[in-house]
Amino acid sequence: MSPKAYRRKLDIRNGRVDLSHGAGGRAMAQLVADLFHEAFDNDWLRRGNDQAAFDVAQGRMVMTTDSYVVSPLFFLGGDIGSLAVHGTINDVAMAGAQPLYLSASFILEEGLALAELKRIADSMGAAARAAGVPIVTGDTKVVERGKADGVFISTTGIGVVPPGLDLSAEKALPGDRVILSGTIGDHGVAVMSKRQNLSFETEIISDSAALHGLVATMVTAGGQGLRVMRDPTRGGLGATLNELAQQSGVGFRIAEEAVPVKPEVTAACELLGLDPLHVANEGKLVAVVAPESAEAVLAAMRAHPLGCAAAIIGEAVADENRFVEMTTGFGGGRIVDWLSGEQLPRIC
Amino acid sequence: MRHAEEYRDGRIARALGARIARAADPAASYRFMEFCGGHTHAIARYGIEDLLPGNVQLIHGPGCPVCVLPVGRIDAAIRLSERPKVTLCTYGDLMRVPGSHGMSLLRAKATGADIRMIYSALDALRIAEAEPNREVVFFAIGFETTTPPTALAIRLAAERKLKNFTVFCNHVLTPSAIQNILESPDLRTLGRVRLDGFIGPAHVSTVIGSEPYAFFAEEFEKPVVIAGFEPLDVMQAILMLIGQVNEGRHEVENQYRRAVRPQGNDRAKADVAEVFELRKSFEWRGLGLVPYSGLRLKNAYAAFDAERHFGIEYLPAPDNPACECGAILRGVKKPTDCKLFGTVCTPETPMGSCMVSAEGACAAHWTYGRFRDREAS
Repeated sequence: MSPKAYRRKLDIRNGRVDLSHGAGGRAMAQLVADLFHEAFDNDWLRRGNDQAAFDVAQGRMVMTTDSYVVSPLFFLGGDIGSLAVHGTINDVAMAGAQPLYLSASFILEEGLALAELKRIADSMGAAARAAGVPIVTGDTKVVERGKADGVFISTTGIGVVPPGLDLSAEKALPGDRVILSGTIGDHGVAVMSKRQNLSFETEIISDSAALHGLVATMVTAGGQGLRVMRDPTRGGLGATLNELAQQSGVGFRIAEEAVPVKPEVTAACELLGLDPLHVANEGKLVAVVAPESAEAVLAAMRAHPLGCAAAIIGEAVADENRFVEMTTGFGGGRIVDWLSGEQLPRIC
Repeated sequence: MRHAEEYRDGRIARALGARIARAADPAASYRFMEFCGGHTHAIARYGIEDLLPGNVQLIHGPGCPVCVLPVGRIDAAIRLSERPKVTLCTYGDLMRVPGSHGMSLLRAKATGADIRMIYSALDALRIAEAEPNREVVFFAIGFETTTPPTALAIRLAAERKLKNFTVFCNHVLTPSAIQNILESPDLRTLGRVRLDGFIGPAHVSTVIGSEPYAFFAEEFEKPVVIAGFEPLDVMQAILMLIGQVNEGRHEVENQYRRAVRPQGNDRAKADVAEVFELRKSFEWRGLGLVPYSGLRLKNAYAAFDAERHFGIEYLPAPDNPACECGAILRGVKKPTDCKLFGTVCTPETPMGSCMVSAEGACAAHWTYGRFRDREAS
């Protein structure tokens, strides 16, 4: 992109996305170079190709893709950009894999302030650098005002699985322990309280984080004892446990008192009429682990900053109904079901 | 929040469970109806049944505003939302309630109707002020708890001389429904239901007070214990009801003293009386036409009455013939007695209203309690 084919600098302070930024002309080239490449800067982007080329790693590769439409774009503890990096890294990491590269695709709404877009891109760049997973290719489209909501981001990630490891959702066995990496509901409540303009004595901050570092320590500690990992995002812990129960053909029995929830999240859920078990997380994982490996994996998780509140919350059982049942703190029993309805649209 | 945790303490619950077990006469059985959906939800959510002896049974009542709204009213709201320029504002729970011909507000929204989910009546008022070119209709439902906020929204709309705000009023009254259940042939002549007492409403009673229940206790000789929505409140109320039954008393007792006064909330009652008047009768799903059980806007506020403004004609519509919501709402049947329950009717694809709201008997049992059916079978 050099020498530069345009004269005037991008007006990031006052400018807005217009249709020319997606038209394939100079304006688009300038937006890509001055805003996105600037924010994500790496060797692959600097070559300015429509694709990124890299050597293929030995072993099994994993690939995942995800779209982000969160509203509002900015919330305490993150924004749509950092979320798009963390979420896709986590989906790669849940295979026990080391994430290697990301792509990022943007659908921009005409009228979006360039200052907001820059803030989002910078946040993505910072999140990718901190995670050590570069954004190596991307795409930008602009749609007319009203046809999108500010910005939608799609990210794809690839990674490589260490030899001998094969985590999969059908592998939970009766007797396996269920480990949760920390408190639930933080992300969903952070976004909802921003949306509803609610404020609490203690600010609730999204848990959005890249979990591949935590996963690496778990792989070292648990090895083949790790059966399944999944990050409980939309639908929360309740949905994730039900998915795993269906896929593995087992039931789960968990104890409400063992599931960590911050008091302020409990309070906010009370106010919003939500069950923390159904509220989204963006920096937590659930692991189903062979009983003999559970303590070692738990200890490794607790030694990592993103797993310091990890806890064994229950176990898998033989159950042809594939129920997720919970002993309530009150002493009774209940089902933990899937979330039904649409109480939390556009949480990620 | 600590305040709420106090009422969910598992140790106290177990101790209370033991006291209930001691108080309940093993030779007798006790059947209590919790009127409110809020209680139904708490009972299921905390697994209260597991803490009660087998001879103490809870019957779920009709106190779920979404559940008792008849199909004809949902149809009317859908037709309203399809008019040009109309923006229909509704609570999220109502979106999935099935109307006639497989329609729901959610489906009407998907086909282009401007339907917005709101959290309070005042949200609808704000939309009307912000969008003067839209005809904003608030689809108002609920018992005495949600009526005062609707009254407030209407009064504010009048003060601000809003020309584009109306209310489709479906507010209903708790005492009329309780009386209807007590007078029903199921209970009085057919003997299909036996009720030994009522767990009285929590939030509703903060508004209307405990006095309106005195009539039932006396006339129908049934004890009423008004209880809060926390699980320990419910358990304590059950213990109090057992005490009354054992002693042959039938009085109104107030377990929820921290919030309910005998005369209720005078200001809220005055706000409601200012704006609303009784309808001669109102249709309830499950109960049919119940005399003097619903509210409409007074003539002075006719300009804000969607029924008059749009000339809405009420067309009664039948429930799905296989759906047992009606009998379930009267306490005659349990969710598992319905052929549709858990087969074609689930919270994702509700056939009847009791499966829609988290306060509905079917949704509560499906979502929280269906593991007990396996144990029973």
